[in-house]
Amino acid sequence: MAERLKGSIYFKLFAVFFRVGLFTIGGGYAMLPMLRKEVVEKYGWATDEEMLDYFAIGQSTPGIIAINTSTFIGFKKAGVLGAIFSTLGMVTPSWIIIISIAKFFDAFADNPYVSNAFEGIRVVVVVLILNAVIKMGKKSITTWIQALIAIAAFALIAYTSLSPIFVVIGSGLIGILLSTMKVGAKQ
Amino acid sequence: MILEYIKLYFIFFKVGLFTVGGGLAAIPLLQDEILNRGWLTVTQFADMIAVSESTPGPIGANVATYVGYSQHGILGSIVATLGLVTPSVIIIMLIAKFVMHYRDNKIVDGVFLGLRPAVTGLILAAAYSIAIISLVDIDLFNTSGNIFDLFKWQAIVLFVIFMIATNKLKHHPIFYIVIAGIIGIFIF
Repeated sequence: MAERLKGSIYFKLFAVFFRVGLFTIGGGYAMLPMLRKEVVEKYGWATDEEMLDYFAIGQSTPGIIAINTSTFIGFKKAGVLGAIFSTLGMVTPSWIIIISIAKFFDAFADNPYVSNAFEGIRVVVVVLILNAVIKMGKKSITTWIQALIAIAAFALIAYTSLSPIFVVIGSGLIGILLSTMKVGAKQ
Repeated sequence: MILEYIKLYFIFFKVGLFTVGGGLAAIPLLQDEILNRGWLTVTQFADMIAVSESTPGPIGANVATYVGYSQHGILGSIVATLGLVTPSVIIIMLIAKFVMHYRDNKIVDGVFLGLRPAVTGLILAAAYSIAIISLVDIDLFNTSGNIFDLFKWQAIVLFVIFMIATNKLKHHPIFYIVIAGIIGIFIF
């Protein structure tokens, strides 16, 4: 029984994505090299090009990239169950580690050393997010209309109580409008 | 009780459904859902981002686990995480099965013309809300009226140093988080 389980593709998918989830710290793009090594080099489940395609699609569909990519590979390899096992493999390390930390976190949050350390860490969190914004902005903002969209999105969320969901939907619609207008202008 | 779990599931389902893009794109949505419900304070949320960036696994999954656990224990953490990943699993399977040329689709391209800059702005707003609690002290300023009391000067200096350091040296975020924690113990 154990042998059969170990040999099954579902177990393998779970194990591979468990490893990727366990050894990628920070999530998102940090995962790509590790994923490539396992999925392309070690198991040959996808070629380099396919891998980049899955990642690109994962990036441009709703959901977290890491989950989208693991679902995609699992589904291609072994159907619906493959997708589910891959995704569960991906989130299980997070789950175990965060549960362990949560117990620690609540017990130590009032410790003055810990709270001072986090006061410093919060400053770096701002720095890290800002760096991500700058990196994203360089790619995503190329016209003045896009700059306007970014500023409007920032202002709506920072200064009103509007849900970001409306900004996501609204900006997508504006994008469609912009691209149809552009197509119209060219013809 | 069961209703509470269903609610938790759909809150994270919603976050999973409307998060588009990598890395930090889930942060503004998580922040909106979690802070408005009073489940965490901005401070706790910022600390949770730091913990998520320094521990294995996708950031969104880490935050979902933590919030689910803090609200409804182990079962809550499972429900929240499953809620977060369900939209991904459904949408990706549909795309993998039916839409092979998703990336070449004109409408999809159009959506991203508007969506990418907007998500950039959303994430900036998340950074802003954390900057408000970590770099300035509005309460102190309001009581004293002294403009110099508005800024937490140690934090501002730390901010400038790390802004330069992160752009000059290309270390992993954990490196800066650990260093900032050590410095924080001594200067705050």
